[in-house]
Amino acid sequence: MKLLRTLMAAATALAITAFAAPGFAADDPGPAAYAKALNGKRVMLVPLAMGFDLAQGWAHYLKKEVEAWGGTFETRDPNWVVDAGAQAITDAIASDTRPDVLIIHAPDLNSYSKLMKKAQAAGTYVILVDNPANFPADAFVGSDWDKLGQLEAEAAIKGCGENSSKKIGLVQGDQANSSSLYQYAGIMKVLEKHPDFQVVAKPDSNWDATTSRNVTTTMLQQHPDICSIIDFWDGDATGASAAIRDAKLDGKVFLVTTGGGEKAADCDKLEDGTYGAVVMTDLARQSGDMNAIIKFLLQSGQPAGTSHTYIYTLEKATTKADLKPDSCWDLKALQAEAAAK
Amino acid sequence: MEAEGLAIRAKDIAMSAIGWPNWRRLNQEGIVFAIAILLFAAAALGLPGFLTADNLVAIVRSVSVLGILALGMAVVIIGRGIDLSAVAIMAMSVAWYLQLLNTGTSDGLAFVYVLAGVLAIGLLNGFLVAYADVPAIFVTLATGSFVFGYVRSQLITQDAVPVPGGHWVELLGGVRFLDIPVEVFVFAGLAFLVFLFLRYTKWGRFIYFAGDNPVAARNIGVPVRPMLVLRYVLSAFVALIAGLLTAASLHSINTRIVNSTLLYDIVLVAVIGGVGLSGGRGGVRNVLVGAALIGILLNAMTIIDIPLLYQNLIKAAILLGAIIVDGIINPRDEQTAQQGDI
Repeated sequence: MKLLRTLMAAATALAITAFAAPGFAADDPGPAAYAKALNGKRVMLVPLAMGFDLAQGWAHYLKKEVEAWGGTFETRDPNWVVDAGAQAITDAIASDTRPDVLIIHAPDLNSYSKLMKKAQAAGTYVILVDNPANFPADAFVGSDWDKLGQLEAEAAIKGCGENSSKKIGLVQGDQANSSSLYQYAGIMKVLEKHPDFQVVAKPDSNWDATTSRNVTTTMLQQHPDICSIIDFWDGDATGASAAIRDAKLDGKVFLVTTGGGEKAADCDKLEDGTYGAVVMTDLARQSGDMNAIIKFLLQSGQPAGTSHTYIYTLEKATTKADLKPDSCWDLKALQAEAAAK
Repeated sequence: MEAEGLAIRAKDIAMSAIGWPNWRRLNQEGIVFAIAILLFAAAALGLPGFLTADNLVAIVRSVSVLGILALGMAVVIIGRGIDLSAVAIMAMSVAWYLQLLNTGTSDGLAFVYVLAGVLAIGLLNGFLVAYADVPAIFVTLATGSFVFGYVRSQLITQDAVPVPGGHWVELLGGVRFLDIPVEVFVFAGLAFLVFLFLRYTKWGRFIYFAGDNPVAARNIGVPVRPMLVLRYVLSAFVALIAGLLTAASLHSINTRIVNSTLLYDIVLVAVIGGVGLSGGRGGVRNVLVGAALIGILLNAMTIIDIPLLYQNLIKAAILLGAIIVDGIINPRDEQTAQQGDI
């Protein structure tokens, strides 16, 4: 019954559209409403820092789109300092040119919650990107870190194979950042289903490559038969890979990590065998999601803080075998494009 | 009585001259050394795989860069100064060097640029402290921020700068003698050089005079100000070496390290080993003791798989403990306190 009714409704709608379209084509209300809602609106991105691939990629795609519809796009660079980020958000809310949309890359679950609430109270839509936080933002765009962890664990299990030692080492980020905590939870979920695989060590790198190298060196000495290591970020996995290289275990330890899918950071290293698998974020698509939700919120007419949407980016573990020319985006090319303008 | 006291004193001096901790008057260095030995023994007994050649090499290696930076810091601190720009110089000089190489500058020219930059910052630090009489803590804090901000915003495009493939810095990271990584030898070599400098050269001895009492040192004709400049230049070059070794091992340098706790760890290694922040006290041995404690501690905690939060807590508790015990054994009073004590 329900199906029939839906079909009939769809058919009717189709018929009306087909019948009416030619007559009203000149008066399509879309572009005018779109321009009215968006023109002159301000969008601000406050990432953890502007100096790394994800932030630079987001900024590139957002700027292109926002400026195309007549808006203003700005970034702030807290340079990994939580206080500086808080200051940037506070200033933005209080300024005469208060942004209409604030895109925030949260450093942990709680730091910016009060500020984001203030922003919404002032009428600014808040979009969280990449790192979730304990705050009902208007939208969250980014990875489902739990799922991402599961993909990493599956890649590690596959990389080890059935006839391996089945020993896995983790190099976690820290114990405060949601991306690290949820990633760990996801990995453990998969490993529970594979009780023959065990985690032999799980030190933290504090996102620092030298620390990652030191803890991985120790891990490999304690358990030379480890078949796979999962490092929680490609920003410090260079350290874990250095430790594997120094221990002359290249090719024997399958290194899994995650990153923004930048060419030099991820694809080149899959190509040369440094990484076994990388769960890569499709950055262009993630930025596209942000652009879409910005356009939706600005046209919705709803007050900030009304709805809460989660838009998870499709993630995939990429290995050397399924590398394609378009698997990665190229930061150098984007920078050259920006410089050419 | 008098003669006996003198004999004991003479023995103490003789023992400490050959590097033996002076148990009769246990100081902070002795305490930390004892803690390090205890920890080492406990780890050797309790942790499987701790007492293997590979792991011992890994311990020394893990503190090599830290130790190298602490050597530079110790020389500055002994002269009653401090260099808070060390980590910024270390990361930014090498990041700039690699950026120049990646954008096609010839190796020789790029290296000359970077050497000139490092020299300039060392000189700037030294001149501001020595001749403008600005406290070292403010000068170096400011120059550190300046170096980071200028290089990060004007000279490089990314936090992490990779070493170009096949470059000597990359090859340096693979150098091994007897399976021991190159940074261990650089650390040992530099420690020996700094030891020789501090102990056997005239200017090395003058550093202690100047650190202990700058006014008196100046009055007896020690060139206090030029020596101050020299120390900051030395510290800057030591930082460059540490940065090159870091890049050699990781095949890239990440400037994010400037925001890390590395700077505090450097001061920690020097101070926990007994280099007095008020100047005039300590030497290479203190740095080695401090580095040994930190290295053994971190390695043991990693083997036990203690989470980072607790690692920081334990590290801080041991430092506090050492300072408290030092305070009880060697109380500060009018005679031991110096002007300018931090």
